[in-house]
Amino acid sequence: MTLPFQPVILWSDALLLMLLAAVAAFVLHTLRHEHLRAPWRAVWDSRLGMAAAVVLAAYGLIGLLDSLHFRARLPAAAGEPPQYAAEVLSLFDHLVGPLRTQVEESYSAPFATHLFVKKTLVTADGRVVRDYPRLKYGGAHLPDPQGRWADVAARGIEGAGLGSLLAAGAWGLAALGLAVHRRQPLATALAALARERTLKGPRAALLTLTLLVLLTGAVAALAPHYHVLGTDKVGQDVLYLALKSIRTGLLIGTLTTLVVLPLALTLGVAAGYFGGWVDDVIQYLYTTINSIPGVLLIAAAVLVAQVHIETNPQLYDTAAARSDLRLVFLCLILGLTGWVGLARLLRGETLKLRELEYVQAARAFGVTHARILVRHVLPNVAHLVLITLVLDFSGLVLAEAVLSYVGVGVDPVMPSWGNMINGARLELAREPVVWWQLAAAFLFMFVLVLAANLFADSVRAAFDPRSGRIA
Amino acid sequence: MKRDAGLLRVQGLRIEVATAAGWHAAIDDLALVIGPGECLVLCGESGSGKSLTALALMRLLPEGVRQTAGTVWLGDTELTALPEAAMRRLRGGRLAMIFQEPMVSLNPVMRIDRQIAEALRAHRGLAGRAAAAEVARLLDAVGLKPEHGLSYPFQLSGGQRQRTLIAMMLAGEPEVLIADEPTTALDVTVQAQILRLLKRLQRERGMGLLLITHDLDLAHDVADRVVVMYAGQIVEEAPRDALYTDARHPYTQALMRAMPAHGQGPLQAIPGAPPAVGAAFTGCRFADRCERVQPRCVQEAPALSTVSEGHRVRCHLAGQPAAARTHGPAQGGREQWEGPVLLQVEGLAVRFPIRRGLLRRTVGWVRAVDGVSLTVDRAETLALVGESGCGKTTLARAILRLIEPSAGRVLLNGVDLTRLSSSALRRARADMQIVFQDPYGSLNPRLRVSEIIAEGIAALRPELGRQARQRRVGELLEQVGLPQDAAARYPHAFSGGQRQRIAIARALAVEPKLLILDEPTSALDVSVQAQILGLLEALQARHGLAYLFITHNLPLVARIARRVLVMYRGRVVEAGPTRQLFAQPLHPYTRLLLASAPGQGLAAAVEPAEHGPDVTAGCAYAARCALAEVRCRRSEPPLAAHGEGRVVACWLAGPR
Repeated sequence: MTLPFQPVILWSDALLLMLLAAVAAFVLHTLRHEHLRAPWRAVWDSRLGMAAAVVLAAYGLIGLLDSLHFRARLPAAAGEPPQYAAEVLSLFDHLVGPLRTQVEESYSAPFATHLFVKKTLVTADGRVVRDYPRLKYGGAHLPDPQGRWADVAARGIEGAGLGSLLAAGAWGLAALGLAVHRRQPLATALAALARERTLKGPRAALLTLTLLVLLTGAVAALAPHYHVLGTDKVGQDVLYLALKSIRTGLLIGTLTTLVVLPLALTLGVAAGYFGGWVDDVIQYLYTTINSIPGVLLIAAAVLVAQVHIETNPQLYDTAAARSDLRLVFLCLILGLTGWVGLARLLRGETLKLRELEYVQAARAFGVTHARILVRHVLPNVAHLVLITLVLDFSGLVLAEAVLSYVGVGVDPVMPSWGNMINGARLELAREPVVWWQLAAAFLFMFVLVLAANLFADSVRAAFDPRSGRIA
Repeated sequence: MKRDAGLLRVQGLRIEVATAAGWHAAIDDLALVIGPGECLVLCGESGSGKSLTALALMRLLPEGVRQTAGTVWLGDTELTALPEAAMRRLRGGRLAMIFQEPMVSLNPVMRIDRQIAEALRAHRGLAGRAAAAEVARLLDAVGLKPEHGLSYPFQLSGGQRQRTLIAMMLAGEPEVLIADEPTTALDVTVQAQILRLLKRLQRERGMGLLLITHDLDLAHDVADRVVVMYAGQIVEEAPRDALYTDARHPYTQALMRAMPAHGQGPLQAIPGAPPAVGAAFTGCRFADRCERVQPRCVQEAPALSTVSEGHRVRCHLAGQPAAARTHGPAQGGREQWEGPVLLQVEGLAVRFPIRRGLLRRTVGWVRAVDGVSLTVDRAETLALVGESGCGKTTLARAILRLIEPSAGRVLLNGVDLTRLSSSALRRARADMQIVFQDPYGSLNPRLRVSEIIAEGIAALRPELGRQARQRRVGELLEQVGLPQDAAARYPHAFSGGQRQRIAIARALAVEPKLLILDEPTSALDVSVQAQILGLLEALQARHGLAYLFITHNLPLVARIARRVLVMYRGRVVEAGPTRQLFAQPLHPYTRLLLASAPGQGLAAAVEPAEHGPDVTAGCAYAARCALAEVRCRRSEPPLAAHGEGRVVACWLAGPR
């Protein structure tokens, strides 16, 4: 049996799946321990936190869909071995089909029906004129471009209407879940969901979800017929690029933690717990790393990766694999320079914990160091790790944009907000200005970073023992 | 000046605290009057609402706490109706407050004289030379030297910081001074000095003084009138002498029996624990812990009734005197008991290096413990007494080798622990365990009680299976008086006393022969302290345990220990059988400690320096000693035998 496609697992995909498995294990562990669940309940009750979580989940879903890669099978004659396309697509690409394939010739503004630049055209009667040509796809179904706003409104409302059905379904499901959980009739549960004070967190999440679904419905209805956010220089849909960039941003933000976490945990805790020469060595190590300018280190590392890829083309058979390696390498080097802050924090906390009496009591029992670290120290620094990682996430997403802008970030052909902003440099110098690429990158990045920061804030408030929740 | 100036009157005060289930009254219908020049002591266990009362008077209630009823009159001003700006002028002016922690109440980056001058400028508009003169006067009034004004807070001792705070509060010339546990963080010798100072200032200035404390003995020394609070209510209010000779409320009576300084024989605990905030009451709030409880007490809440002038009691039985109680037999029999030696410590020393400079070279040593020798017999209790910083906790940890000793030997059952390899030490530790002071810091909040207790069993008796371990946990919980379902819960679900029981169960899990108790009750209320001490005594009788009991509380020592060891600056200065040592202390330091213990008035003969400078030669105590002679400063007195079983390190203690 042959599949109609060949799955491709890139390095970053594999790492992302590992990370997801780790998160799933963490969630299971949390659910089984009452004292670990309690702070999350505070997040559950926080309106902003829950709304931000829904937005993050939407980003995460797109990033995940975009991480399931495959190569489509090419049509082949019977009896021949199947051949697969050289282009690596993701499930996301497959789902948004027209968005990817409807490529115009060059720039076009959002919802435009004509190209943004003049071309030499031959009219029906054979004259040659310089004018803005009609787009191949954008508004091509309209006999008369004058009526496009009415069409946009109609399609938008229709899409939003479909979206509202979905939203109603989500409310219904939530109410059903609550009704089963509380053994109430469905109507009572729905009323509780709409009004009850204790459900203000979930309610905020559902409202955010409703907004998102309405927006998505409208955009989904418009996207096959218009370029909602315009097109870029080579005619690619900017909405598509911005959505593809989500995966890049998320990967940079999360994969880096895979590098940061083991380094910071082992070195930070070891320095604090053992003290003495171990502490001295680790302190010298991170002071040294901290005194090397980060951007230089990153630039050097990215260049090394570049050279490695170019000298070993046989190892990387597709363009996607090559740009993916560069991405993974960027995460690695960001992680190698980024563990210092967390390690320092953990060292300080461990120094304090080491002197606490329950650790002393464990030592009086002759409990081994490894066991003390696992049972007494690690669980009591976990909240710090969580808070730091969530706070660092948005910083890393922004760092990617800055590094790509400078030219030492991800591969130039990889969709990323940094690359979009880098491209917009020249566009802003045009007259009239091409503003939509920059605006799209800014909008998507802003929403993600804002959601991440709000979520981080509610996580910090829930886990920080000093935030003084009223008992 | 008006006739009622300086008079603080509180009426119908009600304070509510936010809990998960809404607002609950923490203080209910509280009324107080403090006359000019009067010292009123507000007494109660933790959670009784005494600190909240003080904060409410200052209008400094924290978030989640609110005042819902009541008036506070200071002279002719109603404080609760005052706008915040006027209240701010009044705070630290006519009404001032001293907090418990002198460490955090002062600005660490500001010189003492500037901090006092700031208060003077804010409340009396003084500046320049006038302010400087007034600062000098205030420093003198609180017993600080002019050069202390040029110091920063970290350069001062705890007592000096508390004096500074008092000076700052005096700067506003308050009519009423509120002091919330002003001496709890201080050593007993310093406590006596601060209380004397407060009392003197109150008398000289005709201030009203509202002193808040948990210590009935301390109240006895300073109060004109005493108010006893329980669960947010005043249960008894009386002039001092009336209260101490004729306490009427069963709670006050029980509290006095639980105080170590009163009576003899075993301490009598109050069963149960104070109610939590938010508990619903129908009858008397003390009914479920009261030994004289009657059906009426449970059904009907008692009101404050007057038994004699100024003496009011909230009890249905106030009119009937309590039945005369017979004290249990004193622990006389134990003193003759001589067992084989269990623990022998010889010349134990712990020194920490002082490192300076780039290369961290060792330039000197801090001698935390300096050549201490002691023995603990089987099934006896040896008390180790000293002020904070004298090295008693370091000594305990060095005996367990939690800190590596620098010199000396620790023989447990004749085996020298200081020479054991780490695996042999692990086995030896089964015979010796420790219970710590802080019941909140000594239990890992992330582990269940069963896991906490089983930790030692798993480490030291790995041969036991899971089921045997759980059975053992069940037995231990029963022994320390905790319910079986405690095993599955986390430490935060327990009160301080219950946590200390868990800590004791954890230590007992490996069946030790010696327990080192490092101030096991100093963080607990007196009624709970008596419960824990009763438990320890029962466990000693049952298992033949020996205790090394570390404490700063001398009256407590008299009640529990057969022998006592007094430490000063890392050295033993006096040791001997408890009764002889208390009856006839030989070392001047022991005498000072005994004289400073609260409950016997504030008339100590000598007012010694709080802390002497570090000395390199001679007796470490000479700098503080009123009797010091030339030879005391020249050479160090050896620890010499002085009568049967007694040793003392003092040149002046010898036969004259």
